[in-house]
Amino acid sequence: MNPTIDYHAILPELILSGTLVVVLVVDVFLRPPRKWLAMPLSFAGVLAAFVATLTLIGADRTTFGGSYHVDPFAVLFKVFFLSVAMIVLFLSLRYFREGRYYQGEYYFLLLSSVLGCVMMPSSRDLLMLFISLELVSAPAFLIAAFRKNDPRSNEAGLKFFLIGVLSSAVMLYGMSLIYGVTGSTNLYEIGKALAGHLGGQETLALAAILFVVTGFAFKVSAFPFQFWAPDTYEGAPVPVTAFLASASKAAGFTGLLQLMFVAFIHQAAFWGPVFAAFSIFTMSIGNLVALQQRQAVRLLAYSSIAQAGYMLLPFALAGHGVDKEAFAAAVTYILIYAIMNLGAFAVVVAVSRKSSALLIADFAGLMRNAPLLALAMTIFMVSLAGVPPTAGFWGKFFVFRAGIDAGGIGIALAVVMVVNSVISLFYYLAIPRQMILVEGPEEPMRSPALVTFVAALAAAAVIAVFVYPDLIAHFPPLSTLVGS
Amino acid sequence: MSGWEQSAITIATFLPLAGALVIAMVPREKERVVRGLGIVFTGAAFLVSIVIALGFDYGVGSKLQFELDVRWIAAINARYHVGVDGISLPLYVLTFALSFLCAIYTWRFVPSPGKTKAFLALMLLLETGMAGTFIAFDLILFFIFWEMVLVPMYFLIAIWGSANREYAAIKFFLYTVFGSVFMLLGFLGMYFRSDVAGHHSFDLLRLTNFAAAGGFSHGFQLVVFGAVGLGLAIKVPMWPFHTWLPDAHTEAPTVGSVLLAGVLLKMGTYGFIRIALPVLPYGAQKFAPWIGLLAAIAIVYAALACLAQKDLKRLIAFSSVGHMGFVMLGIATLTSIGINAAIFGMVAHGLITGMLFFLVGSVYDRYHTRQIAEIGGGMMQKLPYLGGVLAFVSIASLGLPGLAGFWGEVMALLSSFNPSHAAGLNTGLFRGFMVAGGIGTIITAGYFLWMLQRVNMGTLPERWKEAAFPDIVAVEWVSWVPLLVGIVALGIFPRLIFGVTDGAVNGLLRLFGAA
Repeated sequence: MNPTIDYHAILPELILSGTLVVVLVVDVFLRPPRKWLAMPLSFAGVLAAFVATLTLIGADRTTFGGSYHVDPFAVLFKVFFLSVAMIVLFLSLRYFREGRYYQGEYYFLLLSSVLGCVMMPSSRDLLMLFISLELVSAPAFLIAAFRKNDPRSNEAGLKFFLIGVLSSAVMLYGMSLIYGVTGSTNLYEIGKALAGHLGGQETLALAAILFVVTGFAFKVSAFPFQFWAPDTYEGAPVPVTAFLASASKAAGFTGLLQLMFVAFIHQAAFWGPVFAAFSIFTMSIGNLVALQQRQAVRLLAYSSIAQAGYMLLPFALAGHGVDKEAFAAAVTYILIYAIMNLGAFAVVVAVSRKSSALLIADFAGLMRNAPLLALAMTIFMVSLAGVPPTAGFWGKFFVFRAGIDAGGIGIALAVVMVVNSVISLFYYLAIPRQMILVEGPEEPMRSPALVTFVAALAAAAVIAVFVYPDLIAHFPPLSTLVGS
Repeated sequence: MSGWEQSAITIATFLPLAGALVIAMVPREKERVVRGLGIVFTGAAFLVSIVIALGFDYGVGSKLQFELDVRWIAAINARYHVGVDGISLPLYVLTFALSFLCAIYTWRFVPSPGKTKAFLALMLLLETGMAGTFIAFDLILFFIFWEMVLVPMYFLIAIWGSANREYAAIKFFLYTVFGSVFMLLGFLGMYFRSDVAGHHSFDLLRLTNFAAAGGFSHGFQLVVFGAVGLGLAIKVPMWPFHTWLPDAHTEAPTVGSVLLAGVLLKMGTYGFIRIALPVLPYGAQKFAPWIGLLAAIAIVYAALACLAQKDLKRLIAFSSVGHMGFVMLGIATLTSIGINAAIFGMVAHGLITGMLFFLVGSVYDRYHTRQIAEIGGGMMQKLPYLGGVLAFVSIASLGLPGLAGFWGEVMALLSSFNPSHAAGLNTGLFRGFMVAGGIGTIITAGYFLWMLQRVNMGTLPERWKEAAFPDIVAVEWVSWVPLLVGIVALGIFPRLIFGVTDGAVNGLLRLFGAA
């Protein structure tokens, strides 16, 4: 085999790779006060990669011997990950500049992780998936521990690292078994092989699937593999947490979507109920524990666990004749979740300049001190709870829709999700309550322009998507990954 | 069809939203400009709604008028389908009228802690949500307007409410959301079982036709009626889902209580008439006796609860539960008289109870207490006009013939003497409900008169003798007189409402004639 490489198809990845090397090299020649220039440099690279991705819209290309696809699904997520990357860069500038961290290294590591994210939706091969996932995770371990003087940040990085390595090992073991059973690492080939007769290795195949799923369950912080997330989110620098909770989590889900809906789809009757259990427990535990939180980032961490439960729900519907709808619902939810979550973290970044402890009580009086941020935060919290007039409503709506359409267990899951949504309102409203109803010290808050911009942009997007949900909902069904 | 006809109700519905955005941009210091803009925008929207009412063709009340039906969300075949018919028109106009009067009232009375700008912006946002609910003919659109009222009302209660405001606000929010998400699941069920020319549909008219042709199985209708009915019943609220109401109404600021009682509760009863009955006729027939039973319990229970209230505002709040019981009883009979009575009852309750909450607000403004015992009687001596209006409206509320409260109640009772035979309802059972309702009206008269005796009559307590209370001020007269006129007018000319609703109600009931 002599693979010809389709350079246009991998142009965004090439640009990103080039940029991160340049960032690392240029950093060496910058004097300390100018180290922050790594950020605009990184931004230029991400923007170029973004433009390159836009040229791939509508493409359907394969390269590297069929292990790397650029199709509507991949392009949608590449556009999404690169947008998230730009936003995280905006949030990072002041934070890392003022904190005197190693900025060059930070941007280099962040871009590496973004590169992994961008590769993920194209990876249609077990090895490729594994490489992408490690590329997402390994730099993230380091930047989670970037607040070196704070033991909580060290704990964040260490916990994240140990859990990440453990889950990777479990996953890799599962993948090796899959290869043993099917004789292929290509997802489509595996799908075909698993559809046929396995000659007595059915049980082994199911065990292997379970291992792989477990590995991903760690990544997306599904119960009972969620316990690292609150500590890591709390300890890591806030922009890094924003990245972990949106891009890194979404990357895990992208990999999971491809595995489950392409390679393992014929075993859906087996893993569907597993995902149903994951979904129910993840959303319930996340929500119930979130009720007790006093610290804003921990609250958002448990919220993101609960949200992962909602995103896992459509997986449980696979094999009930609504694969396409369930798949589209999961993708739509992931995209909408990222917008509102990033927005919320932008506000947290702004508040963290005032109080590094980031207790919910520190949000008191924000409505008076920074009305724009407070209003945006209110919109994000209402949206995360899924109440109109916000985009979060549509995210939940499409999941409900797929559940009702599937009937049976789907309806039961939808009801559980409904109850959970109501519970979640209670803690989501705690922050607006603090900002608006509780009088805080009167001191006008100066928030970095870029951070305010991100919050305003995300709030506008949340409202716009609510008014015209096709802005997002139009794209996931275009994916050719799942046949109807 | 002219462009005006297509766009009129959209303009009226979204004018307040535009107003909210404009107000949000006015600097905080320009207090009078903010208040003036509130009046201007609610007034303009009210004016447009009057023009719509004048342009409405009352000869064909069952036909959807001022209709607009355009594509909205292709992925789920949801449409921006709006219009008014004889059932929605009275409630639609009521929404704008009450909001306008509330804006006028706010010119003088801004509840503590001020923040007029946010207060009016939220009120206007609320108005768009309420008005939209009454014009939506697409289930998704309906649901969105339905939910849109939650966030503004939550903040209206939580920021400008009285002592226990946060508890009341979150209880209101969680309770309503809990019900409405089940309603949403029910809507999705209807959507997937529907088949209109090969497509699923959220369109109310298409779903009604599909249901009339026997499209929904009996078992399906029972389940979905349960889900949708739960969401609606919490909003009404029907006993035993009413527990959020006394808290929310009592803690809310005056304007919030007026709009809660005047309009928000009607969204629930309207939903039964607009959605649950026509789309799920079999479910409605089977649930009707239970709805009737809960309604009868609500009437008696609320009346008894009112006897025990010490807080004037809480008493009015509980009386709402009873009045909505009459409305639900009328609906449960599935007769033309009953449903006409229900719509009449909704409008009358909107005027009367809205007015009562205004009065309680003004009483509190003078006395700084709502405890009947602390007010201690003698208000007729101290504040003759306020006391007189309170007496008048209380008597209207207890259902004195010749005033608006009478028709809704008496016709609801009348209809339960003879519930729909076509729908197979048990006459004996409903006559039992009628007796219970009759007992309820007697207790209602009792607690209102007792309340008047304790507040208006008797000698003025020492502590209030020297107090400098102003009697009804100009702003209050301006915002109240229209309501008082409406109460008398509807009492003398019930045709003002029945003439509008009758055609539409008969159109609706044809669905049950064949069943």
